[in-house]
Amino acid sequence: MRPTKYLTLFATLLLVGSSVQAAEANRTSLKVGLLSTLSGPGAGLGVDIRDGFNLAVKHLNGRFGGLPAEVIVVDDQQKPEVAQQAVEKFLKKDKVDFMTGIVFSNIMLAVGPPIFDSKTFFISANAGPSQYAGEQCTPFFFNVAWQNDNLHEAVGQYVQNKGFKNVVLVAPNYPGGKDAMVGFKRFYTGRVSEEIYTKLGQLDYAAELAQIRSLKPDAVFFFLPGGMGINFIKQFVAAGLSADSQLFAPGFSADEDVIKAVGAPMLGMFNSSHWAHDMDNAENKRFVADFQKDFGRLPSLYASQGYDAALLIDAAVRDVKGKLDDKEALRKALEAKHFKSVRGDFKFNTNHYPVQNYYLRVIGRDAQGRVTNKTMGTVFTNHADAYVAQCSMK
Amino acid sequence: MTQLILEQALNGLQFGLMLFLLAAGLTLVFGIMDMINLAHGSLYMAGAYLAAAATQASNSFVVGIGAAMLATAILGALLEITLLRRLYARNHLAQVLATFALILIANEAVRMIWGAQPVPLNAPDALSGPVNIAGFFYPAYRLLIIGVGALVAVLLYVLVTHTRLGMWVRAGASNREMTEALGINVRLLFTIVFAFGAALCALAGAMLGPLLAVQAGMGESILILAFVVIVIGGIGSIRGALVGSLLVGIVDTLGRAALPSLLSLFLSPEVASNFGPALASVLIYLLMAAILFWRPEGLFPARA
Repeated sequence: MRPTKYLTLFATLLLVGSSVQAAEANRTSLKVGLLSTLSGPGAGLGVDIRDGFNLAVKHLNGRFGGLPAEVIVVDDQQKPEVAQQAVEKFLKKDKVDFMTGIVFSNIMLAVGPPIFDSKTFFISANAGPSQYAGEQCTPFFFNVAWQNDNLHEAVGQYVQNKGFKNVVLVAPNYPGGKDAMVGFKRFYTGRVSEEIYTKLGQLDYAAELAQIRSLKPDAVFFFLPGGMGINFIKQFVAAGLSADSQLFAPGFSADEDVIKAVGAPMLGMFNSSHWAHDMDNAENKRFVADFQKDFGRLPSLYASQGYDAALLIDAAVRDVKGKLDDKEALRKALEAKHFKSVRGDFKFNTNHYPVQNYYLRVIGRDAQGRVTNKTMGTVFTNHADAYVAQCSMK
Repeated sequence: MTQLILEQALNGLQFGLMLFLLAAGLTLVFGIMDMINLAHGSLYMAGAYLAAAATQASNSFVVGIGAAMLATAILGALLEITLLRRLYARNHLAQVLATFALILIANEAVRMIWGAQPVPLNAPDALSGPVNIAGFFYPAYRLLIIGVGALVAVLLYVLVTHTRLGMWVRAGASNREMTEALGINVRLLFTIVFAFGAALCALAGAMLGPLLAVQAGMGESILILAFVVIVIGGIGSIRGALVGSLLVGIVDTLGRAALPSLLSLFLSPEVASNFGPALASVLIYLLMAAILFWRPEGLFPARA
């Protein structure tokens, strides 16, 4: 009896000891769950985030901070319930170390709580809801792109500067769309003759365009990501409205994915962005050249965000020397942001959203005759979001 | 103001006529064969994809539409002969389950062949701008859609009311057993009707493709509207499908256009901007409920 008892005790001690050791030891590999919208009207956005992220993984030789990285890609189909199932699987089965990729804010808000409760870091490469920038800010959410309002604020400021007097706003009826209108109006103080809310995913804008025609605005600002924007611009031009109203959009509705689908009708359209493919820095040149080589198209801002999300994870894992279970140290490393972004420099605010410059771009023909974006100038320098004061990061 | 009302009316007409192309096939299949075919929307999707592929290959939009209609009709006939024929005798639940499976299969097949992202299908350049009729602007392509839709409606009317085939179809819709007893090959008739409905789906898909987007799952949202149309119009009735389509098209367009501003007259702007779009999107279902309340068989019941 006795020897067996001792044996059991000894074995138990060994087991406990080894498991403690395992927890403290440096990790030998890590997993990233990339949940994004890869089908439906919003697919272009998610595909670019994924491709940008994967290009960074390739540039890093498949390693984050020296550790071999496994990236698990799942399509959320732009449906919150599908996203919730995927997150469940990421957390319980795959036990991922980081999550990234979500495009749409309504999906981000739906899956945020379980991710943050499990103390898993979410590195957003797109969705930047005002909630997570303000009262609901959390140590486990980082956004490498922008707060939802920011690009709209930049357009609002430019439209204000140019002295437009009568503006119509168009956005889908969802959190991101409401943020867009609020953001635009924060810096444009002139007359808004109508705010038109459309259904998310709507593809036919005949009724809205007739309404715009009757209002005779001198500028139209719209925020319709992905396929929605493609259809809106096409139908706007087909209705002959571009002769009377100048079209403005945030960079989302006027980037390479949309240009590829619409083409020449977009010439002369103004839009805002925190990044552009013609930005003159070594990291960006390498990113743009290799993206074109690998995927045969120019990268969009979404691709740049996906790329930066991967670089942030890489830098943080390197800083903590692979000790991924020390959440406090990992958080500090993420906040420190020891990498060079393709957009030039930016830093994280106390709410983990970027403080950065915003630029105005115009769509024109480049030296090779391609229709593409050209950077015109800076609208905001070191611009922070409007919600940071409400965030008491614990 | 006149421009706005006229433009919205044309928008409603354009949307309604495209719905009619779908609803016409659906109502015949439902009315004559007593078959609920949820995969009708998949034929619409197949038509749009085939039109995109054929347009790209031939560099001609007209050839693209023609090829898509023909190919989708053949696809429809094959589907009817191999699978759907076996479901006629089953109850509606079995039909719904089987054709719902077809939707999933069709969407996945399209993703496997063409990828998850929408494929490009553009209207001819000549139609990409607006037309100007005495100071009234309207997109040329939408005008073409109205023309094509109206033409098909007239052709269908002639076909159903003034030809022998149409007579069989009407006979089949009102009493299938009696029609069979009179020596009409109902099996063949069903295949023809199904293939014809598929061709109309393809026409709608090809015409709407440049306006909307050619993508996997595009059939489902419009299929629901097509069902609303045939329920409003009366199952099995072409005339009902036409009236129902135009009603749904106009109510939906006017609701989206006018409701938010109408509500803001007596509600706060905040509430109106939230409630308006939401109410506009359920307006056609309210219309359906109201019509079913007073006319449970629909406006023009085929078996009246």
